[in-house]
Amino acid sequence: MIGITAYGAYIPRARLSRAAMAEANTWFNASLKSLSKGERSICNWDEDTVTMAVEAAQDCLSALDDAAITSLYLASTTFPFLDRQNSVVVSEAMNLNNRIRTMDISASQRAATSALISLLEGNIKGTALLVASEHRRTKAGSRAEMLWGDAAAALGIGSANVIAEYLGSETLAVDFVDHYRGENVSFDYDWEERWIRDEGYLKSVPSAVNALLENFSVNSEDIKYFILPTDQARTPGILATKLGINADAIVDNQITNVGVAGAAQSVLLLAKVLETASKGELILLIGFGQGCDAILFRVTAAIANSKPTVGVTGALAARREETNYNKFLSFNNLLERDIGKRGEADKQTFLSGYNRRKDFLTGFIGGKCRECGTVQIPREKYCVNPECNALESQDDYGFSDKKGTVQTWTADNLTFDWNPPAYFGMVEFEGGGKLMMDFTEVEAGKIDSGSRVSVHFRIKQFDTQRGFRKYFWKAIIED
Amino acid sequence: MASGIKDKVVILGMGCSKFGERWESSPSDLMVEAFEECIQDAGIERSQIEAAWFGAGIDAFNVGASAMPLAIALRLNYIPVTKVENMCATGTEAFRGAVYAVAAGACDIALALGVEKLKDTGYGGLPQRSRGVENDMYWPNLSAPGAFAQLACGYRAKHGLHKDDLKRAMAHVSVKSHANGVKNPKAHLRREITEEQAINAPYIAEPIGLFDCCGVSDGSACAIVTTPEIAKSLGKDNLISVKALQLAVSNGTESSHDSWDGSYLKTTRIAAQRAYDEAGIKKPKEEISMSEVHDCFSITELVTMEDLQFAEEGRAVNDVLDGKFDADGSNPCQIDGGLKCFGHPIGASGLRMIYENYLQFQGRAGDRQLADPRLGLNHNLGGFPHQNVCSISIIGHYA
Repeated sequence: MIGITAYGAYIPRARLSRAAMAEANTWFNASLKSLSKGERSICNWDEDTVTMAVEAAQDCLSALDDAAITSLYLASTTFPFLDRQNSVVVSEAMNLNNRIRTMDISASQRAATSALISLLEGNIKGTALLVASEHRRTKAGSRAEMLWGDAAAALGIGSANVIAEYLGSETLAVDFVDHYRGENVSFDYDWEERWIRDEGYLKSVPSAVNALLENFSVNSEDIKYFILPTDQARTPGILATKLGINADAIVDNQITNVGVAGAAQSVLLLAKVLETASKGELILLIGFGQGCDAILFRVTAAIANSKPTVGVTGALAARREETNYNKFLSFNNLLERDIGKRGEADKQTFLSGYNRRKDFLTGFIGGKCRECGTVQIPREKYCVNPECNALESQDDYGFSDKKGTVQTWTADNLTFDWNPPAYFGMVEFEGGGKLMMDFTEVEAGKIDSGSRVSVHFRIKQFDTQRGFRKYFWKAIIED
Repeated sequence: MASGIKDKVVILGMGCSKFGERWESSPSDLMVEAFEECIQDAGIERSQIEAAWFGAGIDAFNVGASAMPLAIALRLNYIPVTKVENMCATGTEAFRGAVYAVAAGACDIALALGVEKLKDTGYGGLPQRSRGVENDMYWPNLSAPGAFAQLACGYRAKHGLHKDDLKRAMAHVSVKSHANGVKNPKAHLRREITEEQAINAPYIAEPIGLFDCCGVSDGSACAIVTTPEIAKSLGKDNLISVKALQLAVSNGTESSHDSWDGSYLKTTRIAAQRAYDEAGIKKPKEEISMSEVHDCFSITELVTMEDLQFAEEGRAVNDVLDGKFDADGSNPCQIDGGLKCFGHPIGASGLRMIYENYLQFQGRAGDRQLADPRLGLNHNLGGFPHQNVCSISIIGHYA
């Protein structure tokens, strides 16, 4: 039996009020008023497709043994790097074995479902990780800006401890151009919604789904969960009726509280369904874009024993309300800001230097001295313990899963930061080791000496001059 | 066992430029201003200077690399000139080089000069700059006030202080220095402030507010040093000599080992004890007549009072508020106005501090003259509380 063995999710903490978005833009586009309910997830300035992917994959791994991971596929249409394999960055941030197979899959809203089919049909050994992550840029005042959200989700795929058995899939490949994003442009260009619904969804999806159900002798009314990623609120219902799927099987697209997460939406909704699904239930997962993918799963008894640490419910609960629409524009580089002269400092990453310290910078690995047991980060040649100072005596010691405590901190209004003030301070880790590091996601008044923190892979700085971004680990105050 | 530097070298002359926003002055203008005062005070010819040490901190916004800017500005006669840089201890490092050269007998008369032009950056505060290829990839992008705010945080946590009590003591540190600076014609900031002003000023980096920060200014200071014998042969009396010169440099213990709790400056404690030993000082609080310490921020000065053994650990807040470090207190600190009023042109500050010792010991300190000062301590702290360099010099009457 092959199928899903684990799942995980990540949704950025910041949720932007749609009322605030509408208030800023309805003077120009009155139709936005009808979309102004609820909120959408937005990446902090230091989050992107890669950082969200790391969070989702870590969550998925919390229900898996990471030693068994043999491949990591990353699906997105918003990769920060067009030529530097993003999935390898994710893999290294998670300190996975470097003998694994990695791949980036892109260029369609069904990138994740197509990757999923490839893995399920691919005779894989061990456990494969499929991570889908999306951080789409949208034009200010657009419908897409209102309806879309940023998120990531991950699946474990394999044949041991399967929680959702793969029954089969169908794919329809049709160059139906409902929208596109061409070379050297930042934003999607789309066509009329009604046409997309009638000529796109209502034609492609039944074609694939009917063939799939027929092949596996499944009655449409037996489908317990119907996942159709779309920002069109009424289309899933219309399609369900047309396919003979019960209305209560339709899985909500979370438009009200997250927004549609592009190529990550299918996996995110699957992760959400798996949180509450029971043995024997059938899941029909659709990916729509230049045709469609339709995938059928049956939930197994093992579902009861497989829960990630966070999951979609946990990610939804880790929420911080944001009502400043300008901050969203700024974080997404949608307007030219006066960043001050301190912001002009050159941010070049010297790649050979980066490569030397990659275990520390990406993997957050320090050292533990074999002679005296002292844990330390960053690792230098000599042990830091003044009573020891042994040479080359340290074994790898990972910090990315360690909790810590704030020893000292400040909120710096002078230094440059994309979201001032800049919070940073000394973190002491449980089990030893300390580091002066950045904090992120800090709410004013909720940090002090003694606050507990966890560490997270985030963007450290953008080199806008050269199109590079460097990542490092930052501390987040635990509630 | 090394015999130490005590009384082996005397100051032949000193000079100090006016500190401030010297928009009209180039680094070489500032150097010449300090040097002209110094060489006239020394009473020698430029040709008698056999070697020089040049302190300049931030190459990118100052004079650039190498010792040539000093040699060119002063038209030195192809003598050996060494450029030194060691963060905020740079000025004292230049002095140390010159003093050691004379003590070693490598030359009879040496010059130490520090200069910094901070006001060509186009913005307030110290310049934004790289901390090196590898450090820039993980260090927080911290400003100086942000770094020293950590010290306030650590000190407060260690001693269980209420933040308002610490803030008031920090305010008093600045009020005292401003009161002193008013009396110094070479200071940059010359106006009194109140504790309320300091407490209510906006945060630069919590809990450090605007008046907890020292000024940012341009300036230069210099010294000519020689042996006591040569000074006497040149007709000098009432000689001022070097009693101790120490430097302690963090080796990463504070930043990476759990033995440091963030509440004090380890380097200062080490350098101070070494300096007291070198100078033969047993009871610093009673024997040191005046101190010029690195008050880059009010909290730094407050904690430094403990690290120099002028206050008991955890008692500096009380001693500060009791006025012990005021001009009329038992241990006057920053009698010239300190970094608070002079600002901190990196390369010049250490020499500017020694300049105040020199004036006080010669009775030339005008309105701020102390009664019969015997020993002066000067302290520089470069870097951040968790990684820094600390220099200490002790100056006094010869023999």
